[in-house]
Amino acid sequence: MNLAALMDCLTSASCLVTQTTSGLIIGMLLFLVAAGLTLIFGVLKVVNFTHGSFYMLGAYLAYTVNGLTDSYVLAVLAAATGVGIFALIFERFFMSKVYGSNVLMQLLVCYAFILILDDAVKIIWGPEFKSMGMATAFQKPPLFIAGGIVPVFYLFLIIVTLVISAALYLVITRTRFGTVVRAAAVNPSMVSALGINTGLVYSGVFVLGGMLAGLAGGLAAPVRSLTAGMGFSILIESFIVTVIGGMGSIAGALLGSVLIGLVRSFGSIGFPLFVEGLMFLLMAVILILKPSGLLGKEG
Amino acid sequence: MARKRAELDRRTVLKGAAAGAAATIFAPNIVAAQNKVVRIGMPTILSGRVAQLGTSSRNAVIMEVEKINAAGGLAGRQIEMVIRDSKGQPQEAARVSRELVNSDGCEILLDAEASSGSFAVQEVAKDLGVLVMHTNSETSSLTADPKIRIPLAFRSCRQGIHDAVVSGAYAAEIAKAKKINRWGTCSPDYAYGRDNTQLFVEYLKHFYPQAEVTTEAWPKLFQPDYTEVITRVLQNKPQALYSALWGGDLTSWVDQASIYALFSQMEVFAINMADYTVLTAVKNLPKGIHSATRYIKTYPATKQNAAWGDEYRARFKEYPTNWSWENWVGIHFIAEAAKKANSADGKKIAEAMRGLKIDCPFGADGTVTMRADDQTVIGYAIGWGPTISQEPYVPEVKGASWDTILQLEAEWKKRNNYT
Repeated sequence: MNLAALMDCLTSASCLVTQTTSGLIIGMLLFLVAAGLTLIFGVLKVVNFTHGSFYMLGAYLAYTVNGLTDSYVLAVLAAATGVGIFALIFERFFMSKVYGSNVLMQLLVCYAFILILDDAVKIIWGPEFKSMGMATAFQKPPLFIAGGIVPVFYLFLIIVTLVISAALYLVITRTRFGTVVRAAAVNPSMVSALGINTGLVYSGVFVLGGMLAGLAGGLAAPVRSLTAGMGFSILIESFIVTVIGGMGSIAGALLGSVLIGLVRSFGSIGFPLFVEGLMFLLMAVILILKPSGLLGKEG
Repeated sequence: MARKRAELDRRTVLKGAAAGAAATIFAPNIVAAQNKVVRIGMPTILSGRVAQLGTSSRNAVIMEVEKINAAGGLAGRQIEMVIRDSKGQPQEAARVSRELVNSDGCEILLDAEASSGSFAVQEVAKDLGVLVMHTNSETSSLTADPKIRIPLAFRSCRQGIHDAVVSGAYAAEIAKAKKINRWGTCSPDYAYGRDNTQLFVEYLKHFYPQAEVTTEAWPKLFQPDYTEVITRVLQNKPQALYSALWGGDLTSWVDQASIYALFSQMEVFAINMADYTVLTAVKNLPKGIHSATRYIKTYPATKQNAAWGDEYRARFKEYPTNWSWENWVGIHFIAEAAKKANSADGKKIAEAMRGLKIDCPFGADGTVTMRADDQTVIGYAIGWGPTISQEPYVPEVKGASWDTILQLEAEWKKRNNYT
């Protein structure tokens, strides 16, 4: 524990800038994965344990497309689209069969696909780790703001993620699709009785969630080591985010992600040997004070 | 007495006759036993995040066993490798090793496990009384500590203490020249990372007492995001940073630290950088990261080393790793000792291996020696140098002095009550 260092950091503009942007970037990438996870849970009432594997698949697709086209933009788009298509197939042929089943059955199906996807990645891309490399456009010196260091690539990622968050908010709150999704989350029988194909809605939500995870994988690929099983750690952190924010709440996922990012960033200054513990401590405190999560609905 | 003598004579004759008959009857079987294959069990990690440890170890062994078999095998017996995946779990490594000996009939173990698994394999070898060659475990205590060491266990890979002496000496020389006193460390938070870093700091201070560690970062093993670790180091502004990160973790860390321009703000010493796995994976490798030579075909700069690196690459479509050469040494020590003992028996091979010197493409002077007193390899080539992003990756290697290594190792052993 180094509280003096933490106090020094909180009173230094350069440290505040560096650590805040570092916290934001950790949080924003986490949000993209957690948003899909919480969206799927909110509407389908399914805990999609394969979500981390979607993130992994997105990163590998981006790696391949980037290698073929040398375009980071195309790589990210391919990651989102490719994972979206996979999510559609997965949902239609497998997950939809266990919607009414108990959690154990859903967990088994998801776990089976985690193993299948990990092995598929090893077969297709090999067991060794891969590195995609940074796009030429982002191979620039970092910005120095008030003495703090802000990498250009991370600034880009924060902006892109904020734009996606805003777009997601608008889709859910201002479009017909969003209205139907929200209605299906509350009362799927009534939505069905009104002549709306709930199966289609479910597929749409699952694909959207999958695309967000794929997008996160593609966006993060230049600064990640790509290996089979890389989705596992982000899945754990996404669960922490959704529990903190409230299962099913996208705004809660955003708040939870930023909180986790800042806790990790500033925690590494004040509690360098207890950063992981701080995350779980935060989750435990929130669960005790508000079991439904910060923005989750009671009951 | 006469009667006794007659009785003895008769018995002797009978014994002789029986022995002769037995020799006649069983001779073909003895010949068959001598000609039958000798199975060598190889527990290693073939799945999970460190699968490359196992695959690159296996590749090297397969390539070399073919050559050894073509040259007559182990004292006339052809080698058959039985390779099993321990998934990187020590309890699985122990189970697999036991099975290799008890069920698969392996007479020797070539232990290509990481350190945690090697200690488990050592226990099995001790229990079953089989010869074991540790090919990948760099933890010094495995053979240095007499409480752990066993007569039938040998080590064919680099050792932590040797690396630490060389790393400390190299880093101190640069620190002296550039007056680098403020140091930071960033290593994985598990036994290897902690031990390696602690020993590096110890020898850095031995050679350059003004060095002071002002910041330490211990990211967890396989951590995907190092942002908070990198920014914490940057806040502390050390003049140099030492890291024992390796493999995919090191690649991620380099990629993430690059966008913070960390490499232009301090000298970086990453002991595990100069292995082709990492060198070829990092797309935008910053110039000037100091690294030990894990495996590069240009150091030692001999025709044999370069030819072996090319042969491996041609066959497996990738360069060998540090683990590959260590396994080369392991299997060749067994083969040479069997030749010397003229036997494939584990105990006889062990006896012949103590103090054995063999020609080796990875030796500092073209040879490596299996030191008799602690049954570990010495004399392999170790060097440090700054890396570049293309072949030969480490153009200027500063080789280590084995006299210094051995002298400081002896003092270290004394301090730890190992001698």
